[in-house]
Amino acid sequence: MIYLELLIGFLKVGLFSFGGAYAAIPLIREVVLSYGWVSEEMLIDMIAVSESTPGPIMVNLATYVGTRQAGIPGAIIATLASILPAFVIILLIMAVMKRTVNNKYAQAVMRGLQSCVIGVITAVGVHMLYKNAVLPLTAAEADWRPLALAIVLAVIYFGSRKIKALKKGISPILLIGISAVLGVLVF
Amino acid sequence: MLWNLFLTFFRIGAFTFGGGYAMISVIENICVEKKHWITHEDLVNVTVIAESTPGPVAINCATFVGYKQKGLLGSIAATLGVVLPSFIIIWAISMFLERFLEIAWVASAFRGVRVAVGLLILDVGIRMAKKMPKEPIRIILLIAALVLMVLINLLNWKISTIVLLLCAAAVSLIVFLFHERKGGEQA
Repeated sequence: MIYLELLIGFLKVGLFSFGGAYAAIPLIREVVLSYGWVSEEMLIDMIAVSESTPGPIMVNLATYVGTRQAGIPGAIIATLASILPAFVIILLIMAVMKRTVNNKYAQAVMRGLQSCVIGVITAVGVHMLYKNAVLPLTAAEADWRPLALAIVLAVIYFGSRKIKALKKGISPILLIGISAVLGVLVF
Repeated sequence: MLWNLFLTFFRIGAFTFGGGYAMISVIENICVEKKHWITHEDLVNVTVIAESTPGPVAINCATFVGYKQKGLLGSIAATLGVVLPSFIIIWAISMFLERFLEIAWVASAFRGVRVAVGLLILDVGIRMAKKMPKEPIRIILLIAALVLMVLINLLNWKISTIVLLLCAAAVSLIVFLFHERKGGEQA
């Protein structure tokens, strides 16, 4: 039953997506890959699409996977499931306001969750770079272009932060734009 | 009022690119300065709460403002309003995205983009790690999660991220209880 799978899958995603939009990616990845809803490549492409459209990545992915799997009803179920946990939790907190958040035991739990999420996100970044930039080197005909591209992009992205005129460096969307242009030229 | 909430958050959802934190500045401008629906302190509080609860910050804020204005119905109107624009856009995109990606130069562009997305995710992880308070328990949990997650991805272990999160929460809580008990005995 695809509707039930979408509901349960994205409730899980919504419930465990601590620490902002990117924090949800490892879990989304795990859920959609385990159900076979999209390929890893498609998932990464969707993250890029989400960066250049409005709305949180988690919600965008839910809408996309829902549509591809079960049309509009699927999209509605997946999207609502992904935001329901956040919605309910905020209502609950407003009901008991801050007492929960300031509770020392709740804070100890949060400390554990936050630290773990940061480790997991970093690992997913490492894995994606490994798969898309390093692994092509080990193919029968070693392809060095992805790794070279990764280095160039890293220099552009992190280097731009050192330039005072740019203040915070170039934006993620601009980096994705540059990577697309370089991709067309190189591959 | 319900319609007003819905429309306002629909507009916020439609015109905010660049993730949750960009949206907060728009919410500040509209809901605090123009409409006086909430105070600035409210908004800061809800941002803090949003950071330690699941779900995108934008959704959390919408639920909060809606509830303050018009209770449960208000929170539903605002939350649906903020989600709907990206829902419509992604639904429309998903119709042709896969065929679009089959075009040769688009495929090349996205090979480049995948490298960029890996970099972006890695960067988010590193930035979050830098901002994290440097308590030993946090650092240990972060490194443990990072190493385990890299191994899980590399060796295809069937361990869910949720299990990692729950373990980290449990360890953090146990360590806290242990310290509290020790402190209690000394006093």
